[in-house]
Amino acid sequence: MKNTVKKIAAFLIAVCIVLPALVGCHGSRILEPFVMPEELDLSREYEITFWAKNDTNILQTRIYEKAIADFQALYPNIHVNLRLYTDYGKIYNDVITNIATRTTPNVCITYPDHIATYRTGKNIVVPLDELFVNEKYGLGGSEVKFDSPTPAEIIPQFLAECVLDGEYYAFPFMRSTEACYINKTYVEKLGYTVPDVLTWDFIWEVSEAAAQKDADGVYLVNGQKVMRPFIYKSTDNMMIQMLRQRGAGYSTPDGEIQIFNDTTKELLFTIAGHVKNSAFTTFKIDGYPGNFLNAGQCVFAIDSTAGATWIGTHAPLSDISEDSLVEFETVVRPIPQFDPEHPTMISQGPSVCVFNKEDPKEVLASWLFAQFLLTNEVQIAYSQTEGYVPVTSKAQNSDEYQDYLSRCGEDHKTYYDVKIQAAKLLLANTENTFVTPVFNGSVSLRDASGQMIENVTKSIRRKETVDEAYMEKLFADMTSLYRLDQRSTEGGNTAGNKTELGALPAASVTLLGALAAAWVLIILYVGIGFIKKAKK
Amino acid sequence: MKRILALVMVFVLALSLAACNTEKTGDGKDPKSEGVMTYAEYAAAELETPVVIEAFVQAKQAWYEPAATTSIYAQDADGAYFMYRIACSAEDYAKLVPGTKIKVTGHKAAWSGEVEIVDATFEIIEGSTFVAEPLDVTAMLADEKVIEHQNKLVAFKGMTVEATKDADGNDVAFLYNYDGSGEEGSDLYFTVSVNGASYSFTVESDLCGVDSDVYKAVKNLKIGDKIDMEGFLYWYNGVNPHITSVTPAK
Repeated sequence: MKNTVKKIAAFLIAVCIVLPALVGCHGSRILEPFVMPEELDLSREYEITFWAKNDTNILQTRIYEKAIADFQALYPNIHVNLRLYTDYGKIYNDVITNIATRTTPNVCITYPDHIATYRTGKNIVVPLDELFVNEKYGLGGSEVKFDSPTPAEIIPQFLAECVLDGEYYAFPFMRSTEACYINKTYVEKLGYTVPDVLTWDFIWEVSEAAAQKDADGVYLVNGQKVMRPFIYKSTDNMMIQMLRQRGAGYSTPDGEIQIFNDTTKELLFTIAGHVKNSAFTTFKIDGYPGNFLNAGQCVFAIDSTAGATWIGTHAPLSDISEDSLVEFETVVRPIPQFDPEHPTMISQGPSVCVFNKEDPKEVLASWLFAQFLLTNEVQIAYSQTEGYVPVTSKAQNSDEYQDYLSRCGEDHKTYYDVKIQAAKLLLANTENTFVTPVFNGSVSLRDASGQMIENVTKSIRRKETVDEAYMEKLFADMTSLYRLDQRSTEGGNTAGNKTELGALPAASVTLLGALAAAWVLIILYVGIGFIKKAKK
Repeated sequence: MKRILALVMVFVLALSLAACNTEKTGDGKDPKSEGVMTYAEYAAAELETPVVIEAFVQAKQAWYEPAATTSIYAQDADGAYFMYRIACSAEDYAKLVPGTKIKVTGHKAAWSGEVEIVDATFEIIEGSTFVAEPLDVTAMLADEKVIEHQNKLVAFKGMTVEATKDADGNDVAFLYNYDGSGEEGSDLYFTVSVNGASYSFTVESDLCGVDSDVYKAVKNLKIGDKIDMEGFLYWYNGVNPHITSVTPAK
């Protein structure tokens, strides 16, 4: 009996020692902070993964592939595996899933909003400050085998968007903004002239005029039975930019939610009024703005400058049949403004982050590849696939890029005029761009801001009453649906805050059970021994 | 005793077979419950109005976890319905096998020409089942009236795989994504022709993933192959069927 108890106790103690190590392998052990290695050991092999997003554009895929091939030619021991996405949301979901299993990619295209959530796991994303300026391997470092930009050559506004809690957790890869793509032919047919800077009053007035039909339901401006005068692709951006232009609350930098205010309500009532007259709709409700514009069924289409290749009669990319295309003159303007003297527009576009790993040299290898994405060759090539702009002054000022801009309209492919006009729009307005504060939960706030416009638009179309009571309920519903009342307002980063973690994982339950059983048996063993001794 | 037991077993087996047969022979003509639209009433309903329908699940797309939604292709004897991102728990999702009868409450909408039910909820109705026979619409493809069969399970017979240009201008039989920008797991696009007209067909990866027979079959297509297909008559600025089966033409 004594031997059996001893064996069981020994076994359970062994289990208690081994199990934590096994459990640790599966992700619950916290990664150590990244420490910059002295050297990158290039005598060994590195396997890194790169999760990239493209706009369903084969040219972008090719540029990623070429970047990998060119990088591997310089660093043959660093093997980069590409995984392609066409949706930021899917990358975000997959990263969240893979944080738990410690299988995040090494390098990832992302949005700073998303990084704020990734960072709720400790030491998951590598802060880049030290890497940026490292003498050997930093931007423009002495050991870097390619011509990378210096930190000062990254456009400051774009780089500043990647700061979280005072540190750089990403760097910009491409930047875009939104543009209003206009059927100038229809605007003039309606008796208006397209101004250099659009105002909201102008766009609403012309949209109302374009919504006029004859007795047979045929729209006067296009002679068709379909007309969506004004379509907005991203209603998140619509609300965010309108609030910014009005100087109204959205959120504070540390995550206090301010969006449920009187200005928001006023804007929603205005939008509702124009929906009622069939002057306004959204991508989510009706379809891609560019498709309606190209079919002569829309006057104002607001979409990303990174969607410019889909817009216009001669757009290189098209989703509608040839016979549906209508000939018209397209002009590109910044989004409408409340104060045309002080135009304001959002800055958006992909950024790049580097994930932490147990091996700091693997992280360094990842950083080198990430840095390669900032070379002129990658920057200029990728920016030309859409209405993106390069994020470095080194690329923007290069002869090659300046030549590209100067050849606007030379063909309907590389030099497609709408695309280059869209890029020029951002280059001319970089100083007028802004980004929203980033914190854990800022993704939900962004979703809620657009959802309010979608809900109001649907409700009006469904002939529901949109009044004060509706707005109060809408605010309450958004707060609840997006859990905007469950955020800490004490700090942007909630990594240290208590959160609901759900049920314990099975491995943890097993471990705790084993520990409890071991203690019971140890006490039993000691107790039996004590009793036996006492009897003697 | 043994004989009685054997008889009972035979009886139970007979009942089981009868039950199976009942499920297979459903015709989708169940009378609608109170307050439920007929297909004709649904078709006549204005966009953006509330609709309540009963139909039988023919297929479902992947379950979208963050919002707990899926998209469903459903049909009754008179017509077909597409439920876009309908609220669906993981438990209910598992129950949505082809033939399952559901009652759907939502709003009628149209997105790029696809008529669908949005902002919807559903309940499963136990009892009868119905799996539609595919309707051959090959001869109707060029006819505007083909839209009347939108969302139905349909068949295309004897169509020819046409060359699709990839980004380098090469002739290929299919592309990952519409322009080849995707990879394994992306939607597959291929061009097929009949009666001198060409059409773009899709294998929607959310409906038939990489492990499905149709995904593998499309990857093995050669330009010039004559094929029969089945799928759902989805719409995206025109006919854009979501193909679920590809076999050599008979």
